[in-house]
Amino acid sequence: MNDHSTYETLRHLADSWGLLAMLVVFVILCAWPFRPGARSRNQEAAEAIFKDDKDGE
Amino acid sequence: MDKVVARGGIWIAVMLVALVAAATAKDAGFSIHMTIVAFTALVIMAIGVSKADYSTIARGVLRMPSGETTYDDDPVRWGVLATVFWGIVGFLVGLYIALQLAFPALNLGLEYTTFGRLRPLHTSAVVFAFGGNALIATSFYVVQRTCRARLAFPGIARFVFWGYQMFLVLAASGYVLGITQSREYAEPEWYVDLWLTIVWVLYGAVFVGTLLKRKEPHIYVANWFYLSFIITIAMLHILNNLAVPVSWTGSLSYSAFSGVQDALVQWWYGHNAVAFFLTVPFLAMMYYFVPKQAQRPIYSYRLSILHFWSLIFLYIWAGPHHLHYTALPDWAQTLGMVFSVILWMPSWGGMINGLMTLNGAWDKVRTDPIIRMMVVALAFYGMATFEGPMLSVKVVNSLSHYTDWTIGHVHAGALGWNGMITFAAVYYLVPRLWNRERLYSLRMVNWHFWLATLGIVFYASAMWVAGVTQGLMWREYGADGYLVNSFVDTVAALHPMYLLRAFGGVLYLAGGVLMVVNVWRTIQGRQREEAPMSSAPYDAAADRPIAPAPAE
Repeated sequence: MNDHSTYETLRHLADSWGLLAMLVVFVILCAWPFRPGARSRNQEAAEAIFKDDKDGE
Repeated sequence: MDKVVARGGIWIAVMLVALVAAATAKDAGFSIHMTIVAFTALVIMAIGVSKADYSTIARGVLRMPSGETTYDDDPVRWGVLATVFWGIVGFLVGLYIALQLAFPALNLGLEYTTFGRLRPLHTSAVVFAFGGNALIATSFYVVQRTCRARLAFPGIARFVFWGYQMFLVLAASGYVLGITQSREYAEPEWYVDLWLTIVWVLYGAVFVGTLLKRKEPHIYVANWFYLSFIITIAMLHILNNLAVPVSWTGSLSYSAFSGVQDALVQWWYGHNAVAFFLTVPFLAMMYYFVPKQAQRPIYSYRLSILHFWSLIFLYIWAGPHHLHYTALPDWAQTLGMVFSVILWMPSWGGMINGLMTLNGAWDKVRTDPIIRMMVVALAFYGMATFEGPMLSVKVVNSLSHYTDWTIGHVHAGALGWNGMITFAAVYYLVPRLWNRERLYSLRMVNWHFWLATLGIVFYASAMWVAGVTQGLMWREYGADGYLVNSFVDTVAALHPMYLLRAFGGVLYLAGGVLMVVNVWRTIQGRQREEAPMSSAPYDAAADRPIAPAPAE
C-alpha cells in the first residue's frame, strides 16, 4: 500500500464511520444524565460538595 | 543517615552533570541554564545535609498551620502564594511592554529588554505561572474535598509544585536570554519541554491517584474538567514540541514538522492551550467555588455534564481559525470556523449554569465582593466566548486578524474571566487555608474588584477601537489602486489607544497590589476594622407609633 492510498483510506474512514462513531458516542454521553430516573442522582451529586461544610478543618 | 548521604550523592551527581553541560555548552543561553540547574542542585543538597530545619522556618515565616490536618494542604498554600507572586510579575511585565509600544525608548537599546523578548515573558508569566499555579493549587484543594481523601503521593505532589516553579524559572530566563523555538505559548526549548513533561505526568499521577482513593462514590464534575485539562495538556504539549535538538549541549532544536503542517500543529496546540488551559480547568474552579461561595448547589448538574462533553468534543477542532487565508487548505479553515461558531452554545450554556446558581441569592452580588468577582468573571467568559466565534468567521477575521482587536479579545478573556475567577478563588482559599476567621478586609476586595473591572474596560475598549482602526487603515485603497496608509501611519494613529491601554494596565496592577496586601495581612491573622459591606439601616426616630395630631 503506497502513501497515497493510506491517506485516502484514512480520510474516508474519518469522514464516514469515524465521524458517525464520534457523533454517536457524543450524543450518548450528553444524553446520559438526562435519562429518566437520573434526577435524584444529579441532585445528590450537585449537593455532595456541601456534605463537609467545614472543609476538613 | 544513609538516606541523607544517598540523596546528597544524587544531587552532587546532578550538579556535576549540569556543570559539565554548562562548560561544554554550544551557546551562552544553554550554559547559563545549566548553571542555574547546578546551583539549584547545590542549594537542595545544602538544605538536605544542614542541621537547620528550613521547612519549619518557612512554615513559621508564612504562618502555615502545622500538625496533622484532615487534608494535605501545604502544596495548596505554596501554590496560592506562587499564584499571587507570579500574578504581580506577569501584570508588571505586561504593563511595561504596553508602555514600550507607546514609548519605544523603553526598549532601552538592550537585546534583553526588547519587546520581542519581554512579550513571551509576560504571556508565560500570566498564563503558565499565575494561571498554572492557580490551577495546580485549586485542583489539589478541590480534588481532596470532593473525593474526601488526602492527596495521593504527598512527596510527588511537592515535587510537582517545585518542579513546575523550576520550569517557570527556566522558561522565563530563557526568553530574556533569547532562547525560543518561536512557537506561541510554547516558546521553551527541548530540554525545558522534557522537564515539563516529567512534571506534568507526575501531576497527573497525583490527581488520578487521589481520584482512585476517593471515599465519595461520585466524581464531582469539577474533577472531570481538571482531569481533561491534565490529560489534554500532556497530549498537546508532547505533540507540539516534537523536535530534534541540534546538539545535546545546545539550546537550539528543529521542529519535527515543516511548512503548513507545522503551522497547523502549532495552532492546534495554541487554540487548545486557550481551551484546555485557560477555559476548561477555570470552569472546574467555577463549578466548585461559585456554588461554595454562594452556598447553593450548581443550577443544573445535568447542564454541567452537557457543557463538559460539548467542550471536549468541539474545542479540539477549532485551531485552524488561527490560519485563515493562509496556505492551509480552505476546507480545514472552514472546519475550524464552523466548530468555533458551534462552540458558542455550550460556552453560553456553561455561563448561564454558573450565573443561575445565584438564582434566589442575587442580593449577594451587592453584599459579597467575592461573588461579584465571580459574576463578572462569568460575564467576561460569556463575552469572550461570543467574541471568539465572531472573530473566527472568515469575513470578520479578514478585518481583525493581525490587529489589536485580537489582543483586546484575549485580554477580555484573560483579565476578565481567568483573572477574576482566580482572584475570587484566592480570596476564598486564603482564610480557609490559614485557619483565619475571615479576610483582612472585604472592602479591599471591593476596591480590587472595581480597579480590575475598570482596568479591563479601558483595555478592551481601547483595543477594539485600535484593532478596527488598524484593520480599516491596512485595507484602504486609493483611487489608483494603491494602499493609502503605510504601516507607520497606523502606528501613529494608534498612539492614544496604546496610552489608554497602559492606563487600564495600571488600574489592573493596582488591584493586584491590593490583593497582595490583603492576602499577606490575612495570613498574619490581622482583621481590618471596617464597616460591613451592607446593613439594614435603622432610624430610631421613625421607629414609633404615629402620634395623634392635636385637635385644632
